[in-house]
Amino acid sequence: MRSVPSAERRLLTLLMLLTATAARSGEAAPPEPRPPTTLDAATLDRLVKPESRDETIASLVEATDVHALPVLRALLEGNLYLGPTAVLVDRDGALQDALTGAPAPVDRDQLEQLTINNRLRRTLERSVAALSLLQGSASERLAAVRVLQDNPGPEVLPAVQKALAQERDRQVKEALRATAAMLALASPEPGQRLAAIEELRKAHAKRRLLQQREVEQDPAVLAALDDAVREVDLALQRAAMVGLFFSGLSLGSILLLAALGLAITFGLMGVINMAHGELLMVGAYATWLVQSAFRGSRHFDWYLLAALPASFLAAAAVGALLEITVVRKLYGRPLETLLATWGASLLIVQTVRVAFGAQNVEVSNPSWMSGGLTLLPDLVLPWNRIVILLFSAGVLAGVWLLLTRTRLGLLVRAVTQDRQRAAGLGVRTPRVDLLAFAVGSGIAGLGGCALSQIGNVGPELGQGFIVDSFMVVVLGGVGQLAGTTIAAGTLGAVNKLLEPWAGAVMAKIVVLVFVILFIQRRPQGLFALRGRALEEG
Amino acid sequence: MNGRFGLAALACALTLSAADARAEETLKVGILHSLSGTMAISETSLKDVALMTIQEINAKGGVLGKKIEPVVVDPASNWPLFAEKARQLLTKDKVAAVFGCWTSVSRKSVLPVFEELNGLLFYPVQYEGEELSQNVFYTGAAPNQQAIPAVEYLMSKEGGGATRFFLLGTDYVYPRTTNKILRAFLHAKGVTDKDIQETYTPFGHSDYQTIVAQIKAFGAGGHAAVISTINGDSNVPFYKELGNQGLKATDIPVVAFSVGEEELRGIDTKPLVGHLAAWNYFMSLKNPANTAFIKQWKEYVKKNNLPGGDSRVTNDPMEATYVGIHMWAQAVKKAGTTKVDAVRAAMSGQTFTAPSGFALKMDETNHHLWKPVMIGEVQGNGQFSVVWKTSKPIRAQPWSPYIPGNEKRAER
Amino acid sequence: MSTATVTLTPSVAAPPSPPGRRLYPRKVWAVILSAYGVLAVAIPVLHLAVPASSPLHLSDYTVTLVGKILCYATVALAMDLVWGYTGILSLGHGLFFALGGYAMGMYLMRAIGRDGVYGDPVLPDFMVFLDWKELPWYWLGSERFLQQALLVVAVPGLLAFVFGWFAFRSRIRGVYFSIITQALTYASMLLFFRNQTGFGGNNGFTDFKRILGFPLASPRTRVVLLMLSATLLMSVLVLCRVLVLSKLGRVLTAIRDAEDRVRFCGYDPVSFKLFVWTLSACICGIAGALYVPQVGIINPSEMSPANSVEIAIAVALGGRGTLLGPILGAALLHGAKSVLTVAFPELWLFVLGLSFIVVTRWLPRGVLGLLWREGRS
Repeated sequence: MRSVPSAERRLLTLLMLLTATAARSGEAAPPEPRPPTTLDAATLDRLVKPESRDETIASLVEATDVHALPVLRALLEGNLYLGPTAVLVDRDGALQDALTGAPAPVDRDQLEQLTINNRLRRTLERSVAALSLLQGSASERLAAVRVLQDNPGPEVLPAVQKALAQERDRQVKEALRATAAMLALASPEPGQRLAAIEELRKAHAKRRLLQQREVEQDPAVLAALDDAVREVDLALQRAAMVGLFFSGLSLGSILLLAALGLAITFGLMGVINMAHGELLMVGAYATWLVQSAFRGSRHFDWYLLAALPASFLAAAAVGALLEITVVRKLYGRPLETLLATWGASLLIVQTVRVAFGAQNVEVSNPSWMSGGLTLLPDLVLPWNRIVILLFSAGVLAGVWLLLTRTRLGLLVRAVTQDRQRAAGLGVRTPRVDLLAFAVGSGIAGLGGCALSQIGNVGPELGQGFIVDSFMVVVLGGVGQLAGTTIAAGTLGAVNKLLEPWAGAVMAKIVVLVFVILFIQRRPQGLFALRGRALEEG
Repeated sequence: MNGRFGLAALACALTLSAADARAEETLKVGILHSLSGTMAISETSLKDVALMTIQEINAKGGVLGKKIEPVVVDPASNWPLFAEKARQLLTKDKVAAVFGCWTSVSRKSVLPVFEELNGLLFYPVQYEGEELSQNVFYTGAAPNQQAIPAVEYLMSKEGGGATRFFLLGTDYVYPRTTNKILRAFLHAKGVTDKDIQETYTPFGHSDYQTIVAQIKAFGAGGHAAVISTINGDSNVPFYKELGNQGLKATDIPVVAFSVGEEELRGIDTKPLVGHLAAWNYFMSLKNPANTAFIKQWKEYVKKNNLPGGDSRVTNDPMEATYVGIHMWAQAVKKAGTTKVDAVRAAMSGQTFTAPSGFALKMDETNHHLWKPVMIGEVQGNGQFSVVWKTSKPIRAQPWSPYIPGNEKRAER
Repeated sequence: MSTATVTLTPSVAAPPSPPGRRLYPRKVWAVILSAYGVLAVAIPVLHLAVPASSPLHLSDYTVTLVGKILCYATVALAMDLVWGYTGILSLGHGLFFALGGYAMGMYLMRAIGRDGVYGDPVLPDFMVFLDWKELPWYWLGSERFLQQALLVVAVPGLLAFVFGWFAFRSRIRGVYFSIITQALTYASMLLFFRNQTGFGGNNGFTDFKRILGFPLASPRTRVVLLMLSATLLMSVLVLCRVLVLSKLGRVLTAIRDAEDRVRFCGYDPVSFKLFVWTLSACICGIAGALYVPQVGIINPSEMSPANSVEIAIAVALGGRGTLLGPILGAALLHGAKSVLTVAFPELWLFVLGLSFIVVTRWLPRGVLGLLWREGRS
């Protein structure tokens, strides 16, 4: 097959493709036995040279030459190299000759990577997408159509039309039809342009509508453009509102996770733990260590499942150590605890800095937490934030169950409410204290595990959360799980509502001042148990 | 209560004052980088690379027949402490030069001390300009060696032909100045204020949801680019949010001036491929000087068992530190003494073949290095590929001509 | 009411004050005065009169370091007044210190005059830079030393008064109070970080040239500032001593130990607390004002929660409720910081962190408590 001249070869493949797709009526395109590459040497040569690269790509796409796909894709993904003698492709770590597909054992130091810039990347993305329309599974084809809607170019029209003619999958076909209509925006025919505007309006492609408005002459089309832009703007505003709501919720969930551990150690036990932030940090580092252990494994995507218990245990262990060495001796002297735990926080930070370096460490999201959920064309909710939102709800439920449905929870409540009487009834209060403190610390560790999916993991991670966490617990009312939850949600929402018009800095200041004023009105927080006892003994 | 307290206080005061006059067998230099506190994340590497460079020079016989002895102190990211340590290095340790500082505020804090005591500071980080002290040699970039070429690139056809700009920064003096210069520059290029949006976030900001949404809304208008002067640590949450919300470099490229290999170490860069950074050096450069530099660094990390191990990278401020120390050593050799005035005179016109692959020259008059400008695109492996660079080093303009009033300022 | 809050009340186990009506025994006075003599006479002489080549010469590094520590010690003393004697733990005293510093910094900025980078006769450099055309209203008259000197006391005092008035009337105490003071200083730090606020943003104020016409870089000015700091510390010590031994002082101690009982006795704790709280803030302001010309910079990081915690640590380290203890604590803490950051740049935080734990766990009465006990035995 390799010796067949290229034009005939293309025809042959095309025929094969057509018959196969026709026969399967809309199911996935045939799994064509793809040769590594079938470009001819001259084309490859022109593709490699920067000065002729653009036109070569354009002509390949216009000719709907699907054989160019592997090389174009390799170029897009940065896997194409200029070797000493030949052009090489890096396929899953193995070097191959781009023309023959033969393995090419070349020292990597001798290779020069063919790099691209954003302009070329855009061209290549749409070229690869255009050619992928003619190959691949239905979902791949659908994804390719989506790319073309975002990133159109005149050279892809032949490919779209060809795909439209042969496409059998209804969803893909519909998307292709819309794309073809959009591409007609450049048509001299006003009617076609109107149809294109209609499609673009549906797709909320504001950018392209605006571009067209700059050059459009026809008054009727201009009016349609104005209408479309206005409508898209409205839709964008609606999406922004939903996005704002979500971001408030998400910030609230993060604050909740950061504060939940503190709600136990400070809220229930009354220990002012200034090292709370460091427990978050310990949890995050435990996550990083677990992730490092999973690196390269095929189960990498599930490292978080192992990281959760690890971060809980690591933070709980540090917490227990803290309790035994420092906190235990200082029950009933909260202000001293504050100072001692501050010292402990310095120790923990510096230990981590010496052990793992002052720089941030990389914690990457597993693939199922990367990217986002596209709710509307203009509204993408990041998966990591969605997962954390659910996770915080789960942890909250867990803590609630722990406190209300388990023996430990019962004992903890008993000890915190009346230590002497609990002790008198035979409760080993030191042990309960230790367990409760360790559990609270462990929950902080879980919070750290979640935080590692959003931001930095470095020795200073905890410092940024200490003021916020105390605010949440105090605002919610000490010892009140429901209060903590509502306080976290409120602070998150208020912060995010203020941010668009006040700016990030002022929003934060306003929230802090709000908390300070609120505490003046209700010194016991949102949910205070009303009683007649004096606050002091 | 007894006299113990008084004695203790007295002893304390005396030990603090005990002047130590050791014999001058070595040439002392100060390393003034935060090893704890918020800036440790960036500055620790500079301390390491400085020690490595000094070791290298010592291995080749030192300077003027003497070994260089580094005096490392930790100003702990505390600005008054920077000034105190600077004074200590100059008056008590009597160092010949100090290599250090990262943030502008730390430099501003030590500047009066260096001027009062006539010391020498080598400052290795890109900064906002608007300063020219006779006691400082600036080995990092001035705005015209970083920011302006980057924007020119964004406006070019290859860079995507951006005509609308979202200026995003952390609220402190470097982003503010850079954005002020850029705004004036963009005005000169015919970009109007309605196509420029300027937004600032506080230090340590970690929630970029709203900002990314704003960028998206801004980007819907087309031909948009983001110019980010977000400070070191906040970049991770920013880029994570950017990637997860699906903003691709092909839609709205982000060009950053404070994001290098070190910052990218904390991020999975695959969703960020194509975003840009402007520097005067990238680790991915292929030239003999850089290959040797990286090899030396890797060996140093390994030998000293530095945290991070294999994943440690080199970056622009590290290169600037490396260049600064070498140039100082050359100037001392040329002057034949470590006396500040002589070294200062010897520094002018000094050249050094830097890891960036260019022979960098210390300007004869303005205390800044001539530097090449490079634009790099983020790659999937956390490195940058250079998509554009100047053909030769360009001269620094510490007083940007885009800031009104500066044109009158005679540059000596 | 849940009794959980019982554990949240301030300690009732604070160390007893030395008995007697006299301010201090004669022996202690001798030590205090000789320390003052060293600071106010010996150091200036050793710095100015002894030639630099002599081993007895004190470098300007030492002079500025001692001056700085004296300011910290004054703040610690002010903190002891509210925490050690009245039982109010403030985690926001750094704010008052910084406000005093900023008030003085404003004057120093204006005193730069035409010597700034941009040479504007009126506007400080950072305003020229932000394209401001005229001074904002709160900078009016800041070139007048007396006005700013007044503000050094008035601004922290007023803020403390207003904040305290609301907080004490709402009966916010113990940990709650500590945490909202922390929030207050944190919010202020964010506010001052903003460039638009008009106080130089992150860079704050630097590059001062002169004070009342005297160049700040000259040894004489430095020595005068040092002597002023020592005198301030001395006066505040005497003032505090008089205060805590007075009837007022005994009410304060009573408030610390059982606030509700004090109220039942017919005293209004609010006004007492408010008085001592405001006084403490004013002292911090003055200390801040002396601190800024000596270190040459004021920026918002002085308001960071960590700095305020350090003030409390200094008090705890020395021994709270002793007045002399906090001074010792501040000297030890900041002296150690200066020495250790050079001696063990990578490990000094271990020493510092560990010492906090050791002191709070094993030395509840601080270092002074240790000396005191030994001295008595």
